[in-house]
Amino acid sequence: MDSAIEVEHVSKRFGATLALDDVSLVVGSGKVLALLGPNGAGKTTLVRVLTTLLRPDSGRARVGGFDVDTDARTIRTLIGLAGQYATVDELLTGRENLELVGLLYHLPRSEYERRAQEALERMTLVDAGDKPVKTYSGGMRRRLDLAASLIGRPPILFLDEPTTGLDPRTRNDLWALIEELVAEGTTVLLTTQYMEEAEHLAHRIVVMDSGRVVAQGTADELKDHLGGNVLEVQVVDRVDLDKAAALIVGLAGGPPRVDPDLRQISFPIDGGANVLIAAGRALGDAGIDVEDLGIRRPSLDEVFLSLTGHTTTPQSGRTAPATGDTHA
Amino acid sequence: MPDLALDPDLVSAAPVTLGLAVRDMKGITKRNLLRIIRTPQLLFMTLVQPTIILLLFRYVLGGAIRVPGLDYVDYVVPGIFLEAVLIGGMTTALALATDLQAGMIDRFRSLPMTRSAFLIGRTLADLCRAVLALAFIIGLGLLVGFRFHSSPGACLAGIALIVGFGYAFTWVYAAIGLAVKDPQTAQMTSILPMFILFFASSALVPVSTMPGWLQPFAQNQPASVTIDSVRALFEGGPVYHDLWQAVLWCLGIFVVFFTISLTLYRRATA
Repeated sequence: MDSAIEVEHVSKRFGATLALDDVSLVVGSGKVLALLGPNGAGKTTLVRVLTTLLRPDSGRARVGGFDVDTDARTIRTLIGLAGQYATVDELLTGRENLELVGLLYHLPRSEYERRAQEALERMTLVDAGDKPVKTYSGGMRRRLDLAASLIGRPPILFLDEPTTGLDPRTRNDLWALIEELVAEGTTVLLTTQYMEEAEHLAHRIVVMDSGRVVAQGTADELKDHLGGNVLEVQVVDRVDLDKAAALIVGLAGGPPRVDPDLRQISFPIDGGANVLIAAGRALGDAGIDVEDLGIRRPSLDEVFLSLTGHTTTPQSGRTAPATGDTHA
Repeated sequence: MPDLALDPDLVSAAPVTLGLAVRDMKGITKRNLLRIIRTPQLLFMTLVQPTIILLLFRYVLGGAIRVPGLDYVDYVVPGIFLEAVLIGGMTTALALATDLQAGMIDRFRSLPMTRSAFLIGRTLADLCRAVLALAFIIGLGLLVGFRFHSSPGACLAGIALIVGFGYAFTWVYAAIGLAVKDPQTAQMTSILPMFILFFASSALVPVSTMPGWLQPFAQNQPASVTIDSVRALFEGGPVYHDLWQAVLWCLGIFVVFFTISLTLYRRATA
């Protein structure tokens, strides 16, 4: 089986909102795909379709080779779901939660007890295992949630915004856990609003906005959408800044940006290594001491901005003009 | 490196057997019983209301109500038994709406468990709580002067009828909880059918004292039919012809609202 998840022309409408608009994508077996987009982009709706929680209006979706419309029950034996909307029971202990999920995967008692213990150990929740979940921190709760989704040892895992609202350290712990699972062969489809998360974890990224797939590819391929690279030069002595800029401005594909505090000049460039070499030679011939010289890819934030006209985070998103505003 | 491939011996995609369905149901029932035990304040609240009604109608209002051929305490207490079971059922709506909103239902629906087991497990746990509440209110009824006058068999049959009606009605609350989706709204919405069925019934006063336009409803609605049967079973008089009607009501309510609840659950979206 080459692809673990196949989505073909799936649409889903809620009233006047087209939550999914002709979405197609493929996740290779053992790969990680990130659905990247702001709130309301349709990421969670797609996860709900793929985890058999919601029927699509049209189109086909297969998970593990099985159709979500006709083989939902089989799919449920193959998948795990964790994240912001699938949750754990606050009044039960961590262990009780895991054992219940194991029972509902139809594992024998001895097996789910053993797996619950293993999962608690793996998620470093052994000490808290017999305490009610309501006493857990946000990070512990997410780890337990992830553990619950792993009890059935699903080959395909859905993580809906697994790290939203977590502090950076807890987020890094969770990333490490997800990377372990991937190393063991699990296929992962995760949704995120964070570029950094998509870039860090995913082999492929599908950018969604308003229910549509606006772009997909590897992080590098997406950055190629923006065209070219960014050349960055950092000089040792600030007085050399203008001289350096004048020397290499001929290589640039656009206007330079000079940052005196960082003693840094950055240019968009059309070429690659050849431009870097030429820039290095020009600076060296002029006797300018260079602290750092390199080609930077545009950030995914810049890519998302160019694809959708707004950023992924809602607060910095495009704001609609106020209709009553007539003042200059 | 752990083997993450599916182990066919442990996770089976085969059709769920009755044995597995029962096991799912027991798992869910246990979960809900643990939740009930761990929120004793909720259990307590469901006992307060019938206690107040019982004391109110026994000691405050009861003196002014005359019922032919029967002490008022023996008339009113069986109705309050039913009320104690019905009021507790409101927590079914609350619990399901809470599970829906918190995402628990998404979790369970993404598992290979039997779908109906989730709802049956919920209602069975609530049935246990209802039996507990009923035992409490029976004790209280005996304390304030209520007496069973018939054979133990008939009395047990009356209690079974109350429990059966309460269980059937739990499915009405389940449908409400899944339909309104919001815990607060679920609680508010559940009060309505309970109040209508309990107050516009023969529970507190004879239907013949009500205005003419209300009597046909009050006489024939399921709570009245059930209370009349229960009262007859406790009093040891001739069991009303409407015992079979009461049983039919229970079955009818169960079948209709089980179907509605299961349909809502299958399509559940928070």
